Amino acid sequence: MTSNPHSRRAARMAAGARSVAVAVLALVALPALAQEAPDALVKRVSQEALQIIKTDPKVQAGDQARIRDVIEAKLAPHFDMDRMTALAMGRSWRQATPEQKKRLADEFKSLLIRTYSNALNQYRDQTLQYEPLRAAPDAGDVTVRTTVVRPGQTPVEIDYSMEKTPAGWKAYDVIVGGVSLVTNYRDEFTQQVQSGGIDGLIKALASKNSGGAAK
Amino acid sequence: MTAVRVFRRCAGTVTIVALLAGCAMGPTREDPFEPANRVSYQVHQVVDGKIVKPVVQAYVDYTPRPVRQAVTNFFGNIDDLFSFANDVLQGKPDKAGNDLGRVITNTAFGIGGLIDIAGDAGIPKGNEDFGQTLGVWGVPQGPYLFIPVFGPTTVRDGTGSILRAYASPIGYINDISTRNILWALNLVDLRASALQAENLVNQAALDPYTFIRRSYLQRRQYLVYDGKPPPSKDEE
Repeated sequence: MTSNPHSRRAARMAAGARSVAVAVLALVALPALAQEAPDALVKRVSQEALQIIKTDPKVQAGDQARIRDVIEAKLAPHFDMDRMTALAMGRSWRQATPEQKKRLADEFKSLLIRTYSNALNQYRDQTLQYEPLRAAPDAGDVTVRTTVVRPGQTPVEIDYSMEKTPAGWKAYDVIVGGVSLVTNYRDEFTQQVQSGGIDGLIKALASKNSGGAAK
Repeated sequence: MTAVRVFRRCAGTVTIVALLAGCAMGPTREDPFEPANRVSYQVHQVVDGKIVKPVVQAYVDYTPRPVRQAVTNFFGNIDDLFSFANDVLQGKPDKAGNDLGRVITNTAFGIGGLIDIAGDAGIPKGNEDFGQTLGVWGVPQGPYLFIPVFGPTTVRDGTGSILRAYASPIGYINDISTRNILWALNLVDLRASALQAENLVNQAALDPYTFIRRSYLQRRQYLVYDGKPPPSKDEE
């Protein structure tokens, strides 16, 4: 045996490094494997967003651009914009070309982010309550129910329709006090498509997004 | 049970068909008077923007928040009284107990309803009204209406509102000027509560008229079914 203590130590270190690497990989891969439950996801994301809204000095000062950035970064990734747009479009979605679909989803997303940031700015003194999820463990489509409690006012229920995707649970509709966002926009979109076609709708959304803020 | 389920499914299908048919026809089945309603909406925008909103904005700007909250609570207490009456009419004893408890607590210990003590104690605020009761009794909602100053309603809900106006305790106050001041304050308080929602609609809507109509009808449907409306979503 001509074992060299240096090489032995090197081997041990290599093994150690390997196991650390494995552990790190496992940690990174774990959340992806054990997908976060939809109600846990809603709770985590909304708490994180509320935390930022309540503590970020720029947000506190009413900096709309900053609020939009927070929503874009924190909330938007958890929405399935293609599905939302498809649902809001109804039958016209299938008549749209892939480029039109992309523009529609992008413009719709901007509109929702603008609207939501405006809403967040107005409803700051709110607390959120979460209801336990009532769904089969293997369900692929669930409704996560939350309630916004505001001092001195009737509570407002906010429900998220969510579907399971390979990239985790994604919301495809938000229902505020019984008013579904997707259903609301369906009338609007249908009306625009009827009068100006799909391009007319894209144009209407784009001009809303560029002019809506400077009210 | 099965019959109910079948009925619900049919109702859902009918709604979808009606929606699709409605979309294809311009004025919808829900809004047969759309052209007139749109004129009404325009009138509302002018009257509201030129007269009502400036008054309401001044009220919000110059009245301290606790005072406005007390005003909201005062009229909310009357709402609770009607919520109680409608709980009874709809045969909902639990909710009736809550709402009556709220009215008694807030009237007796909350200075005639100025303080929502019951709310602080965790008794949830009910929101039943005559329009919902008619809906629960099976009266169809009827055509959608947009009334200047008053806002969106339907024939069914409007009927409820008229009943409510006639029955309101404010109407039984003998002193005419007190009565009128309270009516006016009630309107101002209501309009003030809608200021935020209005901002939101202007931000969100491509066509506010359509947006308000769909929101209103969805909301009322939801309330009639106490938060469990039959599914009417179509997956296209």
